[in-house]
Amino acid sequence: MVNLPPFLDELPIGILVTGLDRRAVLVNRYLRALTGFGQPAGGIPCKYILRGSRCVDGCTAQSQSGEEGACSCEANIISRDRKKIAIRSTISPIFDSSGNKIGYLEAIEDIRLMERQDLPVGKFFFGDIIGDSVAMQQIYRVLATIAQTDSSVLITGQTGTGKDYIAEAVHNASQRAKGPFIKVNCGALPENLMESELFGHLKGAFTGAVENKPGRFRLAHTGTLYLTEIGDLPVNLQVKLLSFLDDRIIYPLGGSRGQHVDVRLIAATHRDLEEMVRKGQFREDLLFRLNVVRMHLPPLMERGNDLYMLLDYFLSTFNKRFKKKVRQLDEKSLRALLAYPFPGNVRELRNIVEYAVNFCEGDTILLEHLPRYISSYRAPKKETEREKSAKPVVETPEPPISPDASWADTEKHMIMNAMMRSRGNRTKAAQYLGMGRSTLWRKMKAHNMM
Amino acid sequence: MEKILIPLLDDDIAPRFDLVQEVAIVMVNGDREVIERKILVLAEASAENLCQLILNEKVDTVICCGIEEEYYQYLIWKKVKVLDFLTGSFEAALAHLGKNPEPGLEIFLDA
Repeated sequence: MVNLPPFLDELPIGILVTGLDRRAVLVNRYLRALTGFGQPAGGIPCKYILRGSRCVDGCTAQSQSGEEGACSCEANIISRDRKKIAIRSTISPIFDSSGNKIGYLEAIEDIRLMERQDLPVGKFFFGDIIGDSVAMQQIYRVLATIAQTDSSVLITGQTGTGKDYIAEAVHNASQRAKGPFIKVNCGALPENLMESELFGHLKGAFTGAVENKPGRFRLAHTGTLYLTEIGDLPVNLQVKLLSFLDDRIIYPLGGSRGQHVDVRLIAATHRDLEEMVRKGQFREDLLFRLNVVRMHLPPLMERGNDLYMLLDYFLSTFNKRFKKKVRQLDEKSLRALLAYPFPGNVRELRNIVEYAVNFCEGDTILLEHLPRYISSYRAPKKETEREKSAKPVVETPEPPISPDASWADTEKHMIMNAMMRSRGNRTKAAQYLGMGRSTLWRKMKAHNMM
Repeated sequence: MEKILIPLLDDDIAPRFDLVQEVAIVMVNGDREVIERKILVLAEASAENLCQLILNEKVDTVICCGIEEEYYQYLIWKKVKVLDFLTGSFEAALAHLGKNPEPGLEIFLDA
């Protein structure tokens, strides 16, 4: 007697076993990772696990009359993170010892990488990333090198700069490309669910844990785990993550036995982790562990002529989607776009082009086709030298404040920091603190600092 | 009053938004009771056309299973609430409406 499920879980291919009614009996770990299917699978119709094109256009299993052997076809499925994935499905009926058909065995292969034999890499692009600015050229060079290592990667950059694309490009160009790429948004899940989601749980670990559940680490086995918004990871889970990075062993909730997982970790954040370390919100030792390879993505404003290239790309994308023939932007609308700072970076540009193509009736985008906040944007007035010198220099230093410190202690710390920064010059220290020299003197006297 | 669209495959929620050829449009009142329902048969399966239909019909909420990110984001941007990865029969989906469901949960309604 072979205990099949643990064996099937180790296969680098999706396996689905169903009854004659096409309801799931078994879904292996690879297929769970590929589809993102997170529920107990028993009894659920397979069309909801795969969400495949063949589930709608004519189920391969149901088209079999019964006596044939295996048959294979190409199709696509929609994963839980809303991606369309090209697959090859091979399905075969299962018979009992009396020759009666009792169900189906289906093997599902991710063929995205076969379709894209080599990751498209050129002077202006790397995978799905576009741009030929100096900053992006440097990133392409580093990307190719990083992909061949197995080190942890930390991707930083403002929102909308393309951190997710970079993470996926690193995975697709690496030796792990045939393994799963599992993305977890650390900011999107409630803290009480996050631990079970990441590390899994055993049956009975808590109320509602009706069966063992592999966490995202297990699902990413032999592939890449991408933790986006790592800055939002609660401190108690930062400790568990650190422990994993030490020995590559995870401990599911409710279990005392560790499980070894072979996963490459890529983390991303738009936050300043060093600042968070200083404030005690992020563990310094975890930052060191994640920071083996660091990539910083430049904001759109620092990518020079990439804006034009991205504009062309998004124009052609949305022309295809909306069946339009928009060819260009007129001078005014282009000037308005070039003057806008794009706090949402490439994602915001994409949304703006989508909006404009939607509203443009002809072949040229005019100023009125752009969202109103673009056409009415006015750059903040630059301060003159005179205005600058008229203002007091107020750079309040960050004191090391403990949450339970009194205001008196905090104020004393601030004054000490300011005095250190100004090398004992009270006039400068008062400027740093944004107060008058006599006020500073009074406060120092009150705190017995003189 | 809330207008809800549910893509259908036979008597179930369709597993795919982009391949659907039949949709149910349901009106519910403030107490989340169904007061009107109609079934539309589409000329062709197309996610773009379905998005257009959703906007033309002034649908407030879409209940579906698998939907690609770009269509999901597009509908969200157009202020349409999208409850995706809900699975099960159409009738179970109607019953589920009474619970005023929130996005983000993967639920098999017939379980």
